Amino acid sequence: MAYQNEKLPEEKVFKDPVHRYIHVRDRVIWDLVNTREFQRLRRIRQLGTTYLVFHGAEHSRFQHSLGVYEIVRRILDDGFSGREEWDEEQRLVALCAALLHDLGHGPFSHAFEKVFNLDHEQFTQQILLEQTEVHEVLHRVSPDFPQKVADVIDKTYPDKLVVSLISSQIDADRMDYLQRDAYYTGVSYGHFDMERILRVMRPTEEQVVIKHSGMHAVEDYIMSRYQMYWQVYFHPVSRSAEVILIKILHRAKHLFETGYAFKQEPLHFVSFFAQEFKLKEYIALDEGVLLTYFQLWMEENDTILADLCDRFVNRRLFQYAEFDPAVQYMKFGELITLFKEAGLDPEYYLVTDSSSDLPYDFYRPGEENERVPIYLQLENGDLRELSRMSDVVEAISGKRRTDHKIYYPEDLLIDGNPLHKKILELLRG
Amino acid sequence: MLQEHAKIVQFISLANEVNGRKKMQKMVYILKKMNFPFAEKYELHMYGPYSEELTLRVEELCEMGFLAERFEDKGSYKQYCYQVTDEGSKFLATAEAPKEQLPKCIERLNEKSSRFLELVSTLLFFDQLDKEDQIAKVRIVKNKLNFTDQEMDQAFAFIEEMQVSSVS
Repeated sequence: MAYQNEKLPEEKVFKDPVHRYIHVRDRVIWDLVNTREFQRLRRIRQLGTTYLVFHGAEHSRFQHSLGVYEIVRRILDDGFSGREEWDEEQRLVALCAALLHDLGHGPFSHAFEKVFNLDHEQFTQQILLEQTEVHEVLHRVSPDFPQKVADVIDKTYPDKLVVSLISSQIDADRMDYLQRDAYYTGVSYGHFDMERILRVMRPTEEQVVIKHSGMHAVEDYIMSRYQMYWQVYFHPVSRSAEVILIKILHRAKHLFETGYAFKQEPLHFVSFFAQEFKLKEYIALDEGVLLTYFQLWMEENDTILADLCDRFVNRRLFQYAEFDPAVQYMKFGELITLFKEAGLDPEYYLVTDSSSDLPYDFYRPGEENERVPIYLQLENGDLRELSRMSDVVEAISGKRRTDHKIYYPEDLLIDGNPLHKKILELLRG
Repeated sequence: MLQEHAKIVQFISLANEVNGRKKMQKMVYILKKMNFPFAEKYELHMYGPYSEELTLRVEELCEMGFLAERFEDKGSYKQYCYQVTDEGSKFLATAEAPKEQLPKCIERLNEKSSRFLELVSTLLFFDQLDKEDQIAKVRIVKNKLNFTDQEMDQAFAFIEEMQVSSVS
Protein backbone atom coordinates (compact mmCIF):
# COMPACT_ATOMS: atom_id res chain seq x y z
CA MET A 1 0.00 0.00 0.00
CA ALA A 2 1.28 3.47 -0.87
CA TYR A 3 2.61 5.36 2.13
CA GLN A 4 0.03 8.15 1.71
CA ASN A 5 -2.85 5.65 2.09
CA GLU A 6 -1.26 3.48 4.75
CA LYS A 7 -3.34 2.99 7.89
CA LEU A 8 -2.05 1.95 11.30
CA PRO A 9 -2.95 -1.61 12.27
CA GLU A 10 -4.86 -0.18 15.22
CA GLU A 11 -6.22 3.31 15.68
CA LYS A 12 -4.13 5.41 18.08
CA VAL A 13 -5.87 7.82 20.40
CA PHE A 14 -4.61 10.74 22.47
CA LYS A 15 -6.70 11.53 25.52
CA ASP A 16 -7.58 15.19 25.31
CA PRO A 17 -9.47 17.36 27.80
CA VAL A 18 -11.12 19.46 25.08
CA HIS A 19 -12.05 16.91 22.40
CA ARG A 20 -12.04 13.85 24.71
CA TYR A 21 -10.10 11.78 22.18
CA ILE A 22 -7.91 12.62 19.22
CA HIS A 23 -8.00 9.81 16.68
CA VAL A 24 -5.12 8.86 14.41
CA ARG A 25 -5.40 6.12 11.76
CA ASP A 26 -3.12 7.55 9.06
CA ARG A 27 0.50 6.38 9.22
CA VAL A 28 1.71 9.74 7.88
CA ILE A 29 0.06 11.65 10.73
CA TRP A 30 1.47 9.27 13.32
CA ASP A 31 4.97 9.61 11.86
CA LEU A 32 4.70 13.41 11.84
CA VAL A 33 3.69 13.51 15.49
CA ASN A 34 6.82 11.54 16.33
CA THR A 35 9.26 13.89 14.62
CA ARG A 36 11.61 15.98 16.75
CA GLU A 37 10.27 19.25 15.32
CA PHE A 38 6.70 18.40 16.31
CA GLN A 39 7.73 17.09 19.74
CA ARG A 40 9.48 20.44 20.30
CA LEU A 41 6.04 22.04 20.47
CA ARG A 42 5.53 20.34 23.85
CA ARG A 43 8.10 22.82 25.19
CA ILE A 44 6.36 25.95 23.94
CA ARG A 45 3.33 27.22 25.79
CA GLN A 46 0.28 28.13 23.79
CA LEU A 47 -0.36 31.32 25.74
CA GLY A 48 3.13 32.62 26.47
CA THR A 49 3.14 34.64 29.69
CA THR A 50 -0.55 34.08 30.54
CA TYR A 51 0.37 31.34 33.04
CA LEU A 52 1.59 34.11 35.34
CA VAL A 53 -2.04 35.27 35.64
CA PHE A 54 -4.11 32.15 35.03
CA HIS A 55 -1.98 29.46 36.62
CA GLY A 56 -3.65 26.68 34.66
CA ALA A 57 -2.51 28.10 31.34
CA GLU A 58 0.50 25.82 31.01
CA HIS A 59 -0.81 24.06 27.93
CA SER A 60 1.46 23.71 24.93
CA ARG A 61 1.34 24.26 21.21
CA PHE A 62 1.68 20.47 20.90
CA GLN A 63 -1.78 19.99 22.39
CA HIS A 64 -3.27 22.76 20.30
CA SER A 65 -1.79 21.39 17.08
CA LEU A 66 -3.28 17.96 17.76
CA GLY A 67 -6.60 19.68 18.53
CA VAL A 68 -6.64 21.52 15.21
CA TYR A 69 -5.84 18.27 13.42
CA GLU A 70 -8.73 16.52 15.20
CA ILE A 71 -11.24 19.25 14.30
CA VAL A 72 -10.24 19.14 10.62
CA ARG A 73 -10.40 15.35 10.68
CA ARG A 74 -13.96 15.50 12.01
CA ILE A 75 -14.99 18.13 9.47
CA LEU A 76 -13.65 16.01 6.63
CA ASP A 77 -14.50 12.48 7.74
CA ASP A 78 -17.85 13.20 9.38
CA GLY A 79 -19.03 16.28 7.47
CA PHE A 80 -17.55 16.70 4.00
CA SER A 81 -16.90 13.11 3.01
CA GLY A 82 -19.15 12.13 0.11
CA ARG A 83 -20.23 15.68 -0.73
CA GLU A 84 -19.61 16.59 -4.35
CA GLU A 85 -18.02 19.95 -3.47
CA TRP A 86 -15.27 18.16 -1.54
CA ASP A 87 -12.33 16.54 -3.31
CA GLU A 88 -11.32 13.50 -1.25
CA GLU A 89 -7.81 13.73 -2.77
CA GLN A 90 -7.24 16.78 -0.57
CA ARG A 91 -7.82 14.95 2.70
CA LEU A 92 -4.21 14.17 3.61
CA VAL A 93 -2.80 17.57 2.68
CA ALA A 94 -5.52 19.24 4.78
CA LEU A 95 -4.82 17.02 7.80
CA CYS A 96 -1.06 17.54 7.57
CA ALA A 97 -1.44 21.32 7.24
CA ALA A 98 -3.77 21.37 10.26
CA LEU A 99 -1.31 19.38 12.35
CA LEU A 100 1.75 21.39 11.29
CA HIS A 101 0.36 24.93 10.98
CA ASP A 102 2.12 26.21 14.15
CA LEU A 103 5.39 24.34 13.71
CA GLY A 104 7.50 27.49 13.43
CA HIS A 105 6.43 29.10 16.69
CA GLY A 106 9.32 29.99 18.94
CA PRO A 107 9.52 30.40 22.71
CA PHE A 108 7.24 33.18 24.00
CA SER A 109 6.55 33.63 20.34
CA HIS A 110 5.03 37.09 20.24
CA ALA A 111 7.72 38.79 22.33
CA PHE A 112 10.59 36.93 20.71
CA GLU A 113 9.43 37.74 17.19
CA LYS A 114 8.98 41.38 18.09
CA VAL A 115 12.47 41.84 19.49
CA PHE A 116 14.30 39.91 16.78
CA ASN A 117 12.01 40.97 13.94
CA LEU A 118 11.08 37.39 13.04
CA ASP A 119 8.05 35.72 11.58
CA HIS A 120 7.10 32.26 12.83
CA GLU A 121 5.31 31.53 9.55
CA GLN A 122 8.61 31.73 7.71
CA PHE A 123 10.09 29.16 10.10
CA THR A 124 7.09 26.91 9.55
CA GLN A 125 7.85 27.06 5.83
CA GLN A 126 11.52 26.33 6.41
CA ILE A 127 10.83 23.35 8.67
CA LEU A 128 8.49 21.93 6.04
CA LEU A 129 10.81 22.50 3.10
CA GLU A 130 14.35 22.09 4.43
CA GLN A 131 16.22 19.09 5.81
CA THR A 132 14.17 18.15 8.86
CA GLU A 133 12.43 15.01 10.08
CA VAL A 134 9.08 16.56 9.22
CA HIS A 135 10.26 17.18 5.66
CA GLU A 136 11.48 13.60 5.41
CA VAL A 137 8.05 12.21 6.35
CA LEU A 138 6.20 14.53 3.97
CA HIS A 139 8.64 13.75 1.17
CA ARG A 140 7.90 10.03 1.53
CA VAL A 141 4.32 10.79 0.51
CA SER A 142 5.57 12.37 -2.72
CA PRO A 143 8.38 14.76 -3.67
CA ASP A 144 5.96 17.65 -4.15
CA PHE A 145 3.97 16.98 -0.99
CA PRO A 146 6.06 19.16 1.41
CA GLN A 147 5.47 22.12 -0.92
CA LYS A 148 1.73 21.39 -1.05
CA VAL A 149 1.46 21.41 2.75
CA ALA A 150 3.56 24.58 2.87
CA ASP A 151 1.28 26.24 0.33
CA VAL A 152 -1.84 25.46 2.36
CA ILE A 153 -0.29 27.03 5.46
CA ASP A 154 1.05 29.92 3.37
CA LYS A 155 -2.49 30.40 1.93
CA THR A 156 -1.28 30.04 -1.64
CA TYR A 157 -2.70 26.59 -2.31
CA PRO A 158 -4.97 26.52 -5.37
CA ASP A 159 -7.82 24.78 -3.50
CA LYS A 160 -9.04 27.66 -1.34
CA LEU A 161 -11.53 25.47 0.48
CA VAL A 162 -8.60 23.56 2.01
CA VAL A 163 -6.93 26.84 3.04
CA SER A 164 -10.13 28.10 4.65
CA LEU A 165 -10.34 25.04 6.94
CA ILE A 166 -7.16 26.19 8.66
CA SER A 167 -7.17 29.88 8.01
CA SER A 168 -10.39 31.87 7.85
CA GLN A 169 -12.58 33.72 10.29
CA ILE A 170 -14.19 30.46 11.36
CA ASP A 171 -11.48 27.86 11.16
CA ALA A 172 -10.24 24.85 13.07
CA ASP A 173 -7.34 26.85 14.51
CA ARG A 174 -9.59 29.37 16.27
CA MET A 175 -12.16 26.78 17.29
CA ASP A 176 -9.49 24.79 19.06
CA TYR A 177 -7.58 27.59 20.76
CA LEU A 178 -10.68 29.32 22.11
CA GLN A 179 -11.95 26.18 23.78
CA ARG A 180 -8.52 25.01 24.90
CA ASP A 181 -7.51 28.39 26.32
CA ALA A 182 -10.85 28.65 28.13
CA TYR A 183 -10.40 25.17 29.60
CA TYR A 184 -6.86 25.73 30.83
CA THR A 185 -7.33 29.25 32.10
CA GLY A 186 -10.49 28.15 33.87
CA VAL A 187 -12.59 31.06 32.65
CA SER A 188 -16.22 30.55 31.76
CA TYR A 189 -15.92 32.41 28.45
CA GLY A 190 -14.71 30.76 25.28
CA HIS A 191 -17.27 27.99 25.23
CA PHE A 192 -19.51 27.47 22.24
CA ASP A 193 -21.29 24.59 20.57
CA MET A 194 -18.58 23.32 18.25
CA GLU A 195 -20.44 20.09 17.48
CA ARG A 196 -23.28 22.18 16.10
CA ILE A 197 -20.93 24.33 14.03
CA LEU A 198 -19.27 21.25 12.56
CA ARG A 199 -22.69 19.90 11.59
CA VAL A 200 -23.67 23.08 9.74
CA MET A 201 -20.39 23.67 7.91
CA ARG A 202 -20.76 23.33 4.17
CA PRO A 203 -17.99 23.13 1.56
CA THR A 204 -18.10 25.50 -1.41
CA GLU A 205 -15.57 26.10 -4.16
CA GLU A 206 -13.96 29.06 -2.39
CA GLN A 207 -14.41 28.43 1.33
CA VAL A 208 -16.35 26.82 4.13
CA VAL A 209 -19.75 28.45 4.68
CA ILE A 210 -22.35 27.95 7.41
CA LYS A 211 -25.88 26.71 6.89
CA HIS A 212 -28.22 29.51 7.91
CA SER A 213 -29.86 27.46 10.67
CA GLY A 214 -26.49 27.38 12.44
CA MET A 215 -26.27 31.15 12.85
CA HIS A 216 -26.80 31.16 16.62
CA ALA A 217 -23.99 28.70 17.21
CA VAL A 218 -21.71 30.98 15.19
CA GLU A 219 -22.89 34.01 17.17
CA ASP A 220 -21.77 32.21 20.31
CA TYR A 221 -18.37 31.53 18.75
CA ILE A 222 -17.95 35.20 17.78
CA MET A 223 -18.95 36.29 21.29
CA SER A 224 -16.43 33.93 22.82
CA ARG A 225 -13.66 35.42 20.65
CA TYR A 226 -14.59 38.88 21.85
CA GLN A 227 -14.74 37.93 25.51
CA MET A 228 -11.58 35.85 25.48
CA TYR A 229 -9.65 38.74 23.98
CA TRP A 230 -10.56 41.20 26.70
CA GLN A 231 -10.64 38.75 29.60
CA VAL A 232 -7.65 36.54 28.85
CA TYR A 233 -5.46 37.50 25.88
CA PHE A 234 -5.28 41.19 26.69
CA HIS A 235 -5.24 40.78 30.46
CA PRO A 236 -3.17 43.71 31.82
CA VAL A 237 -1.09 41.56 34.19
CA SER A 238 -0.21 39.15 31.44
CA ARG A 239 0.71 42.15 29.29
CA SER A 240 2.92 43.38 32.14
CA ALA A 241 4.83 40.08 32.07
CA GLU A 242 5.23 40.33 28.33
CA VAL A 243 6.44 43.93 28.59
CA ILE A 244 9.18 42.76 30.99
CA LEU A 245 10.05 39.80 28.79
CA ILE A 246 10.48 42.09 25.77
CA LYS A 247 12.65 44.44 27.81
CA ILE A 248 14.86 41.57 29.02
CA LEU A 249 15.54 40.53 25.44
CA HIS A 250 16.14 44.13 24.37
CA ARG A 251 18.55 44.66 27.26
CA ALA A 252 20.49 41.46 26.61
CA LYS A 253 20.74 42.38 22.91
CA HIS A 254 21.91 45.89 23.77
CA LEU A 255 24.54 44.57 26.18
CA PHE A 256 25.81 42.12 23.60
CA GLU A 257 26.05 44.85 20.96
CA THR A 258 27.96 47.15 23.31
CA GLY A 259 30.52 44.51 24.24
CA TYR A 260 29.31 43.76 27.78
CA ALA A 261 31.07 40.75 29.31
CA PHE A 262 28.32 38.37 30.38
CA LYS A 263 29.14 36.14 33.35
CA GLN A 264 27.22 33.47 31.50
CA GLU A 265 27.88 33.67 27.77
CA PRO A 266 24.45 33.76 26.01
CA LEU A 267 25.44 31.08 23.53
CA HIS A 268 21.89 30.29 22.41
CA PHE A 269 21.21 33.95 21.61
CA VAL A 270 24.41 35.09 19.94
CA SER A 271 23.30 34.33 16.39
CA PHE A 272 19.96 36.06 17.03
CA PHE A 273 21.64 39.16 18.43
CA ALA A 274 23.76 39.23 15.28
CA GLN A 275 20.71 38.47 13.09
CA GLU A 276 22.60 35.60 11.45
CA PHE A 277 20.97 32.45 12.72
CA LYS A 278 20.28 29.09 11.13
CA LEU A 279 17.12 27.01 11.30
CA LYS A 280 18.89 24.50 13.55
CA GLU A 281 19.61 27.25 16.10
CA TYR A 282 16.00 28.40 16.02
CA ILE A 283 14.70 24.88 16.58
CA ALA A 284 17.10 24.48 19.51
CA LEU A 285 15.33 27.26 21.40
CA ASP A 286 12.41 26.55 23.66
CA GLU A 287 10.93 28.16 26.75
CA GLY A 288 13.05 26.04 29.07
CA VAL A 289 16.19 27.49 27.47
CA LEU A 290 14.96 31.07 27.84
CA LEU A 291 13.90 30.61 31.46
CA THR A 292 17.26 29.04 32.29
CA TYR A 293 19.05 32.12 30.95
CA PHE A 294 16.72 34.40 32.90
CA GLN A 295 17.66 32.51 36.07
CA LEU A 296 21.36 32.90 35.30
CA TRP A 297 21.07 36.55 34.29
CA MET A 298 19.60 37.38 37.70
CA GLU A 299 23.22 37.18 38.87
CA GLU A 300 24.61 39.49 36.17
CA ASN A 301 26.45 42.69 37.09
CA ASP A 302 24.21 44.73 34.85
CA THR A 303 21.58 45.87 37.30
CA ILE A 304 18.87 46.44 34.70
CA LEU A 305 19.17 42.96 33.19
CA ALA A 306 19.40 41.34 36.63
CA ASP A 307 16.40 43.27 37.93
CA LEU A 308 14.20 42.58 34.90
CA CYS A 309 15.02 38.85 35.04
CA ASP A 310 14.25 38.74 38.75
CA ARG A 311 10.94 40.45 38.05
CA PHE A 312 10.00 37.90 35.42
CA VAL A 313 11.16 34.78 37.26
CA ASN A 314 9.75 35.79 40.64
CA ARG A 315 6.70 37.52 39.25
CA ARG A 316 7.46 41.02 40.53
CA LEU A 317 5.65 42.55 37.61
CA PHE A 318 5.18 46.17 36.64
CA GLN A 319 2.12 48.03 37.86
CA TYR A 320 -0.11 49.63 35.26
CA ALA A 321 -2.17 52.78 34.92
CA GLU A 322 -4.83 53.67 32.40
CA PHE A 323 -3.54 56.01 29.74
CA ASP A 324 -5.55 58.12 27.33
CA PRO A 325 -3.12 59.18 24.59
CA ALA A 326 -5.62 61.66 23.16
CA VAL A 327 -5.25 63.94 26.16
CA GLN A 328 -2.20 62.62 27.99
CA TYR A 329 0.49 62.15 25.37
CA MET A 330 2.20 65.38 26.41
CA LYS A 331 2.63 64.16 29.96
CA PHE A 332 4.68 61.23 28.74
CA GLY A 333 7.59 63.53 27.93
CA GLU A 334 7.43 64.89 31.47
CA LEU A 335 7.47 61.37 32.87
CA ILE A 336 10.55 60.48 30.84
CA THR A 337 12.39 63.46 32.35
CA LEU A 338 11.30 62.57 35.88
CA PHE A 339 12.28 58.91 35.47
CA LYS A 340 15.75 59.94 34.35
CA GLU A 341 16.02 62.26 37.36
CA ALA A 342 15.05 59.34 39.58
CA GLY A 343 17.77 57.13 38.07
CA LEU A 344 15.31 54.83 36.30
CA ASP A 345 16.04 54.27 32.63
CA PRO A 346 12.69 55.02 30.93
CA GLU A 347 13.70 52.84 28.00
CA TYR A 348 13.20 49.84 30.30
CA TYR A 349 11.00 51.09 33.15
CA LEU A 350 8.36 53.23 31.48
CA VAL A 351 6.42 51.44 28.79
CA THR A 352 3.16 52.10 26.95
CA ASP A 353 1.10 49.24 25.62
CA SER A 354 -1.88 49.44 23.26
CA SER A 355 -4.46 46.92 22.15
CA SER A 356 -2.93 47.11 18.67
CA ASP A 357 0.26 45.65 20.13
CA LEU A 358 -1.53 42.33 20.53
CA PRO A 359 -3.76 41.89 17.51
CA TYR A 360 -5.87 38.88 18.35
CA ASP A 361 -8.46 39.44 15.73
CA PHE A 362 -12.07 40.37 16.19
CA TYR A 363 -14.61 39.36 13.63
CA ARG A 364 -14.51 41.71 10.66
CA PRO A 365 -17.31 41.71 8.09
CA GLY A 366 -14.87 42.23 5.23
CA GLU A 367 -15.84 45.71 4.13
CA GLU A 368 -13.60 46.81 1.27
CA ASN A 369 -12.52 43.20 0.91
CA GLU A 370 -9.99 43.45 3.71
CA ARG A 371 -10.75 39.97 4.96
CA VAL A 372 -12.94 37.12 3.83
CA PRO A 373 -16.01 37.23 6.09
CA ILE A 374 -18.14 34.38 7.41
CA TYR A 375 -20.97 33.59 5.02
CA LEU A 376 -24.31 32.04 5.87
CA GLN A 377 -25.84 29.84 3.21
CA LEU A 378 -29.56 30.42 2.77
CA GLU A 379 -31.99 27.69 1.74
CA ASN A 380 -31.93 28.86 -1.88
CA GLY A 381 -28.13 28.58 -1.89
CA ASP A 382 -27.47 32.34 -1.72
CA LEU A 383 -24.71 33.55 0.61
CA ARG A 384 -25.10 36.40 3.13
CA GLU A 385 -22.36 37.93 5.23
CA LEU A 386 -22.90 37.05 8.90
CA SER A 387 -23.24 40.54 10.42
CA ARG A 388 -26.01 41.40 7.92
CA MET A 389 -28.12 38.60 9.35
CA SER A 390 -27.13 38.70 13.01
CA ASP A 391 -27.79 41.70 15.26
CA VAL A 392 -25.46 40.25 17.89
CA VAL A 393 -22.51 40.02 15.50
CA GLU A 394 -23.28 43.38 13.96
CA ALA A 395 -23.18 44.96 17.43
CA ILE A 396 -19.76 43.48 18.19
CA SER A 397 -18.13 43.99 14.82
CA GLY A 398 -19.28 47.59 14.63
CA LYS A 399 -18.07 48.44 18.11
CA ARG A 400 -14.54 49.71 18.38
CA ARG A 401 -13.00 49.40 21.77
CA THR A 402 -9.36 50.19 22.32
CA ASP A 403 -7.13 50.19 25.35
CA HIS A 404 -3.86 51.86 26.35
CA LYS A 405 -1.83 51.48 29.51
CA ILE A 406 1.44 52.66 31.00
CA TYR A 407 3.56 50.09 32.82
CA TYR A 408 6.07 51.05 35.52
CA PRO A 409 7.86 49.56 38.58
CA GLU A 410 5.64 50.85 41.37
CA ASP A 411 7.65 48.98 44.04
CA LEU A 412 10.62 51.28 43.35
CA LEU A 413 8.52 54.42 43.73
CA ILE A 414 6.53 53.94 46.95
CA ASP A 415 9.27 54.91 49.43
CA GLY A 416 7.94 58.41 50.11
CA ASN A 417 10.76 60.15 48.22
CA PRO A 418 9.24 63.46 46.95
CA LEU A 419 10.43 62.87 43.38
CA HIS A 420 8.97 59.36 43.40
CA LYS A 421 5.77 60.73 44.87
CA LYS A 422 5.51 63.26 42.07
CA ILE A 423 6.02 60.51 39.47
CA LEU A 424 3.30 58.37 41.03
CA GLU A 425 0.87 61.28 41.12
CA LEU A 426 1.49 61.92 37.46
CA LEU A 427 1.15 58.23 36.56
CA ARG A 428 -2.07 57.77 38.48
CA GLY A 429 -3.57 60.90 36.98
CA MET B 1 5.89 56.39 23.29
CA LEU B 2 3.33 55.55 20.60
CA GLN B 3 6.04 55.92 17.98
CA GLU B 4 4.37 53.39 15.72
CA HIS B 5 1.11 55.34 15.96
CA ALA B 6 2.96 58.55 15.14
CA LYS B 7 4.44 56.98 11.99
CA ILE B 8 0.96 56.17 10.70
CA VAL B 9 -0.25 59.72 11.36
CA GLN B 10 2.86 61.01 9.60
CA PHE B 11 2.20 58.71 6.65
CA ILE B 12 -1.38 59.96 6.23
CA SER B 13 -0.30 63.55 6.74
CA LEU B 14 2.26 63.20 3.93
CA ALA B 15 -0.36 61.60 1.70
CA ASN B 16 -2.80 64.39 2.62
CA GLU B 17 -5.62 61.85 2.33
CA VAL B 18 -5.80 58.09 1.81
CA ASN B 19 -8.91 56.80 0.10
CA GLY B 20 -9.75 53.26 1.08
CA ARG B 21 -8.63 50.87 3.78
CA LYS B 22 -7.36 48.42 1.23
CA LYS B 23 -5.26 51.12 -0.41
CA MET B 24 -3.79 52.14 2.94
CA GLN B 25 -2.94 48.51 3.80
CA LYS B 26 -1.12 48.03 0.51
CA MET B 27 0.67 51.41 0.62
CA VAL B 28 2.10 50.78 4.07
CA TYR B 29 3.12 47.25 3.09
CA ILE B 30 4.95 48.46 -0.02
CA LEU B 31 6.72 51.18 1.99
CA LYS B 32 7.71 48.59 4.56
CA LYS B 33 9.15 46.40 1.81
CA MET B 34 11.12 49.47 0.64
CA ASN B 35 12.72 49.51 4.11
CA PHE B 36 10.78 52.42 5.55
CA PRO B 37 10.53 51.62 9.25
CA PHE B 38 6.91 50.55 9.72
CA ALA B 39 6.52 47.89 12.40
CA GLU B 40 3.13 46.43 11.46
CA LYS B 41 3.17 42.72 10.91
CA TYR B 42 1.57 41.47 7.70
CA GLU B 43 0.09 38.15 6.65
CA LEU B 44 -1.21 37.04 3.30
CA HIS B 45 -4.98 37.10 3.10
CA MET B 46 -7.23 36.37 0.19
CA TYR B 47 -6.89 39.99 -0.93
CA GLY B 48 -3.12 40.27 -0.56
CA PRO B 49 -0.90 41.30 2.34
CA TYR B 50 -3.00 42.48 5.27
CA SER B 51 -2.05 43.71 8.74
CA GLU B 52 -4.51 43.38 11.59
CA GLU B 53 -2.09 45.51 13.63
CA LEU B 54 -2.44 48.35 11.14
CA THR B 55 -6.24 48.06 11.15
CA LEU B 56 -6.28 48.23 14.95
CA ARG B 57 -3.78 51.07 15.06
CA VAL B 58 -5.86 53.15 12.66
CA GLU B 59 -8.97 52.43 14.75
CA GLU B 60 -7.10 53.60 17.83
CA LEU B 61 -5.95 56.77 16.09
CA CYS B 62 -9.53 57.54 15.02
CA GLU B 63 -10.70 57.01 18.58
CA MET B 64 -7.93 59.27 19.91
CA GLY B 65 -9.13 61.95 17.50
CA PHE B 66 -5.82 62.10 15.61
CA LEU B 67 -7.34 60.73 12.39
CA ALA B 68 -10.71 61.50 10.83
CA GLU B 69 -12.50 58.68 9.05
CA ARG B 70 -15.06 59.42 6.36
CA PHE B 71 -17.34 56.83 4.77
CA GLU B 72 -18.01 57.17 1.07
CA ASP B 73 -20.67 55.25 -0.81
CA LYS B 74 -19.59 55.23 -4.43
CA GLY B 75 -22.54 53.16 -5.63
CA SER B 76 -20.74 50.10 -6.94
CA TYR B 77 -18.35 50.13 -4.00
CA LYS B 78 -17.88 51.70 -0.58
CA GLN B 79 -14.74 52.99 1.02
CA TYR B 80 -13.35 54.71 4.10
CA CYS B 81 -11.16 57.79 3.66
CA TYR B 82 -8.62 59.04 6.20
CA GLN B 83 -7.18 62.46 6.99
CA VAL B 84 -5.15 63.86 9.87
CA THR B 85 -7.08 66.14 12.26
CA ASP B 86 -5.75 69.31 13.91
CA GLU B 87 -5.09 67.32 17.08
CA GLY B 88 -3.29 64.73 14.99
CA SER B 89 -1.09 67.44 13.51
CA LYS B 90 -0.09 68.52 17.03
CA PHE B 91 0.59 64.89 17.97
CA LEU B 92 2.86 64.64 14.91
CA ALA B 93 5.38 66.80 16.74
CA THR B 94 6.24 63.69 18.79
CA ALA B 95 7.22 61.75 15.65
CA GLU B 96 10.77 61.40 14.45
CA ALA B 97 11.52 63.15 11.15
CA PRO B 98 10.83 60.83 8.21
CA LYS B 99 13.46 59.66 5.74
CA GLU B 100 13.73 62.33 3.07
CA GLN B 101 12.59 59.89 0.35
CA LEU B 102 9.32 59.07 2.10
CA PRO B 103 7.11 61.94 0.80
CA LYS B 104 7.94 61.24 -2.85
CA CYS B 105 7.31 57.50 -2.47
CA ILE B 106 3.98 58.14 -0.76
CA GLU B 107 2.97 60.54 -3.49
CA ARG B 108 3.72 57.96 -6.19
CA LEU B 109 1.85 55.23 -4.33
CA ASN B 110 -1.16 57.44 -3.74
CA GLU B 111 -1.48 58.09 -7.48
CA LYS B 112 -2.03 54.39 -8.15
CA SER B 113 -5.29 52.46 -8.00
CA SER B 114 -5.90 50.01 -5.19
CA ARG B 115 -6.10 47.17 -7.76
CA PHE B 116 -2.61 48.02 -8.98
CA LEU B 117 -1.27 48.32 -5.43
CA GLU B 118 -2.84 44.97 -4.61
CA LEU B 119 -0.88 43.44 -7.46
CA VAL B 120 2.38 45.17 -6.49
CA SER B 121 2.09 44.27 -2.82
CA THR B 122 1.25 40.64 -3.58
CA LEU B 123 4.24 40.35 -5.92
CA LEU B 124 6.40 41.83 -3.16
CA PHE B 125 5.03 39.29 -0.69
CA PHE B 126 6.67 36.62 -2.84
CA ASP B 127 9.86 38.53 -3.54
CA GLN B 128 12.02 35.70 -2.22
CA LEU B 129 11.01 33.74 -5.35
CA ASP B 130 12.27 34.31 -8.87
CA LYS B 131 10.13 36.39 -11.20
CA GLU B 132 8.32 33.50 -12.90
CA ASP B 133 7.37 31.90 -9.60
CA GLN B 134 6.24 35.26 -8.24
CA ILE B 135 3.88 35.64 -11.18
CA ALA B 136 2.67 32.05 -10.82
CA LYS B 137 1.87 32.61 -7.13
CA VAL B 138 -0.04 35.80 -7.87
CA ARG B 139 -2.05 34.03 -10.56
CA ILE B 140 -3.03 31.37 -8.01
CA VAL B 141 -3.99 33.66 -5.13
CA LYS B 142 -5.53 36.33 -7.38
CA ASN B 143 -7.14 34.03 -9.92
CA LYS B 144 -10.33 36.07 -10.06
CA LEU B 145 -8.64 39.40 -10.77
CA ASN B 146 -7.20 38.20 -14.09
CA PHE B 147 -4.17 40.44 -14.13
CA THR B 148 -2.85 40.90 -17.67
CA ASP B 149 0.78 40.46 -18.73
CA GLN B 150 0.89 44.21 -19.28
CA GLU B 151 -0.19 44.86 -15.69
CA MET B 152 2.47 42.43 -14.47
CA ASP B 153 5.13 44.30 -16.44
CA GLN B 154 3.91 47.63 -15.11
CA ALA B 155 3.98 46.28 -11.56
CA PHE B 156 7.56 45.06 -11.86
CA ALA B 157 8.60 48.38 -13.39
CA PHE B 158 6.92 50.21 -10.54
CA ILE B 159 8.71 48.05 -7.96
CA GLU B 160 12.02 48.94 -9.58
CA GLU B 161 11.09 52.61 -9.58
CA MET B 162 10.17 52.46 -5.90
CA GLN B 163 13.40 50.67 -5.03
CA VAL B 164 15.35 53.48 -6.65
CA SER B 165 13.20 56.28 -5.20
CA SER B 166 13.41 54.90 -1.68
CA VAL B 167 17.20 55.29 -1.55
CA SER B 168 17.99 58.22 -3.82
